[in-house]
Amino acid sequence: MKQQFLELADYAIGQLRGTEALLTGFCGETSDFVRFNRARVGQAGSVTQAFLRLTLVDRGRRLNSTLSVAFEASTDQAAIRRAIEAMRSELPSLPVDPLLLYATEVNSSNRERPGQLPDAEEAVDCVIAAADGADLVGIFASGPVYRGFANSMGQRNWHRVDSFQVDWSIYVGGSHDAKDKAVKSTYASGTWDAGEIARRIDAAREQVKFLAERSRAIDPGQYRAYLAPAAMDELVGMLSWDGVSARSQRTRQSSLQKLVDGEMALSPMVSLRENTADGMAPSFDDSGFPRPPQVVLISSGRHAGGLVSARTAKEYELAANGASEEETMLSADLDGGALPMSDALAALDRGILVSNLWYLNFSDRSSCRLTGMTRFATFWVEDGRICAPLNVMRFDDSLYRMLGSELQALTREREWIQSRSTYGQRSVESTRVPGALLSSLTLTL
Amino acid sequence: MDSTPDLSDVVRRFRRVAPASDHCTIRIVEESSISTSVRRDVPEPAARSIDLGAMVTVASGDGIGYAATSDLSEAGLKGAADRAAQWARAARGRSVFDGTAPHLTLAGRFRSSGLSEADWTLAERLDLLRQESAQCRIDDRIVDWQASLWTVRVRQLLAAAGGEEIFEQHTFAIPALHVAASQRDRTQVRSWGGRHNGLCQQGSAREVIERGRFVGSGQRTAEQALELLAAPNCPSGTLDLLLMPDQMMLQIHESIGHPLELDRILGDERNYAGTSFVTPDMFGSYRYGSDLLNVTYDPTRAEQFATFAYDDQGSRAHRQYLIRDGILMQALGGTLSRQRLPQAPWDGFVATSRASSWNRPPIDRMSNLNVEPGTSSFQEMVASIDNGVLMQTNASWSIDDSRNKFQFGCEWGQRIRGGRLAEVVRNPNYRGVSATFWRSLAMVGSASTVEVLGSPFCGKGEPNQLIRVGHASPACKFTAVAVFGAEN
Repeated sequence: MKQQFLELADYAIGQLRGTEALLTGFCGETSDFVRFNRARVGQAGSVTQAFLRLTLVDRGRRLNSTLSVAFEASTDQAAIRRAIEAMRSELPSLPVDPLLLYATEVNSSNRERPGQLPDAEEAVDCVIAAADGADLVGIFASGPVYRGFANSMGQRNWHRVDSFQVDWSIYVGGSHDAKDKAVKSTYASGTWDAGEIARRIDAAREQVKFLAERSRAIDPGQYRAYLAPAAMDELVGMLSWDGVSARSQRTRQSSLQKLVDGEMALSPMVSLRENTADGMAPSFDDSGFPRPPQVVLISSGRHAGGLVSARTAKEYELAANGASEEETMLSADLDGGALPMSDALAALDRGILVSNLWYLNFSDRSSCRLTGMTRFATFWVEDGRICAPLNVMRFDDSLYRMLGSELQALTREREWIQSRSTYGQRSVESTRVPGALLSSLTLTL
Repeated sequence: MDSTPDLSDVVRRFRRVAPASDHCTIRIVEESSISTSVRRDVPEPAARSIDLGAMVTVASGDGIGYAATSDLSEAGLKGAADRAAQWARAARGRSVFDGTAPHLTLAGRFRSSGLSEADWTLAERLDLLRQESAQCRIDDRIVDWQASLWTVRVRQLLAAAGGEEIFEQHTFAIPALHVAASQRDRTQVRSWGGRHNGLCQQGSAREVIERGRFVGSGQRTAEQALELLAAPNCPSGTLDLLLMPDQMMLQIHESIGHPLELDRILGDERNYAGTSFVTPDMFGSYRYGSDLLNVTYDPTRAEQFATFAYDDQGSRAHRQYLIRDGILMQALGGTLSRQRLPQAPWDGFVATSRASSWNRPPIDRMSNLNVEPGTSSFQEMVASIDNGVLMQTNASWSIDDSRNKFQFGCEWGQRIRGGRLAEVVRNPNYRGVSATFWRSLAMVGSASTVEVLGSPFCGKGEPNQLIRVGHASPACKFTAVAVFGAEN
């Protein structure tokens, strides 16, 4: 799609007149999606899509127009002409935008991460064969994802990542007590290894046997807990709900406002950054600014900065740091600690092993208090050994406790977790997080 | 900048290249939207979009495959049809679909209201929004405010290779306000319309804005944000709860709508959106709520957000009771899912299998899911509460993967003491369990308390899909609910 994008961008820029400038964004993908339920094929199909985002700027005014790409030059060129003409006719009726800011210094880039993706039908064969009759449910998603940017100043950026993801759960089945219990696993990479998917499904089938034990019921209260990296991914992800946004921080709506104001602190073990250098997201933003390799957001438990979009930079006289318009993390990176992951259960000793959290939301945003559910494999641990599965439980606790006063250790090893989001398009977001040992986690229901 | 291609031309090209198979359809979707907003009295960049593409679906025995493309040339459609046929063959013999795909047997058309009305110009939209934005700026403690209007027009043509066609046209409007007030270490948000307040309806922008009384809402919303800023924390305890329609919307959605979706009950969603505490044997006998609970699937209310004539599998949609006098009667699912449960103890199916756009296949959704009005006036419900809280406008939502243990929070709370409305309280939250919560439904508001609301953002499915849903509801009273507030 690179050549098609560059040709469409050149064509669009060629339509400009006089003092006009044009910014052109591009996102596209060629994806295979196959759903599984009970190790049989559900919906199976392929999607080819691309969208072109045109921003016409003239005398301080701007308008955006997004078009789906038809991959047929004459059709796409006609659509581009219509879009630019419509924007040109409407621009004079709009006020000058005082917060308009876009890159004028040329920073072209080309980052392509080609992979060895599986033939989709062979991958489906592998998954079904490895499940071997187990109650496996999930999805296979695979194919290249593209992002591009071009402007009339001559900048050209291209970003391509080839990746696949098999994301599945294996359910226990059988008695009603066990029927809703499952082990969740993921295999995501740019290089397919049929042996690896078989090994991972096999490992999940072994783990699910622990869940067949009779569940233990525990009362609401405070318990020692170990949050595995997948659970930490959910916690860290909540900070993208306005927590690290510079605009939210400036308008006092950030969930981390008390951290920003210096009223509260997290544990000195907590350091969080936006790590574009090691992520999957493109190294340029929608306005053409380059993303710094790293932006430090929390350093040793203290506020260190926010994600600043071009518009926020102009509004609050800050330096833009490549943030999207939503000012969310695309490549979150939480530092690891000193606890070897293999010692996590021994360090927990007696308490709860939480493999996954689910459906988080703020119960008190000002205090960064979060609620959510345990999901999938959650166990009661005694003497550092798994004793019994637990039924799902609701937690409701402040991040200033969970990653502050109650944080005892972060694991040395971290996991890189590729976003599973496919709303509208396959995401290029990822996180890198350790596991966390908490002296107490508050369960409420 | 409407491209307005003739969708029938696309269908003609499709029919020339459709493969020989048990069944082959094309679903062409064109969605045009305009998004405008004014934040802190400064217009944000206005955005138009046109998204046009098609999904070809091929069935071969029990194998069903799809391929979606925005290349609507004959070559593009042939590529999609070939790929869909390839997937159908690959799935054959190991598919979850036991029977064959449903065939389109009907031909029909649907037009929502407001389609013939010309769109406002961008300048007209921005004038309206600037006016409401300026109304929000009533005090220095108002630190952020935004007025927005998002309108969408959709054309969809579902056609079988054999000749049947269903054409639908819709127009949607979503006006919204967001106001944040802050003082010292406290910030409170009050919203109007939009996703949280639920003013998401079909119709032209002018119709929806008039119905919702948008003009003048800026100052009122800002005043309420300041009231919340000065309000005491919501108390904790077991209290009676009066939920207004814009929180009932969320309560219905999460703890009735999702648990009744057939694909959850069948297990398709267990890896992502979750399962359901509801099992097929419960239908016809399970007491979901008190005798006062009546829930309908209603695709017929003209202004409601998910009103349509046919679902995306081509089935005719009808109003049906899902829960009657508290007893569970019917699940939410299209004909394909229904075929997978031949022994289920209910008749027929609910035509509500829908896709978010041309690039995603249809799945079981809730569409318009409504609580039917009862007989109590708002005053009678307040008067019946000795110690309780009224809650309005969802702010926080969380529920377990089988849709049972929930915790919801609202923007606005108001104490009720001795049968009278008392002081405003901030950060009201409550928690409960779906399986018992609806049995505590003690009073259902009359038609005078009903609001027709909706949301553009119901998410589920793998690959993920966001879809429009509608919820009309009266205010309702629940007894003995666990209520609580903020940390301090």
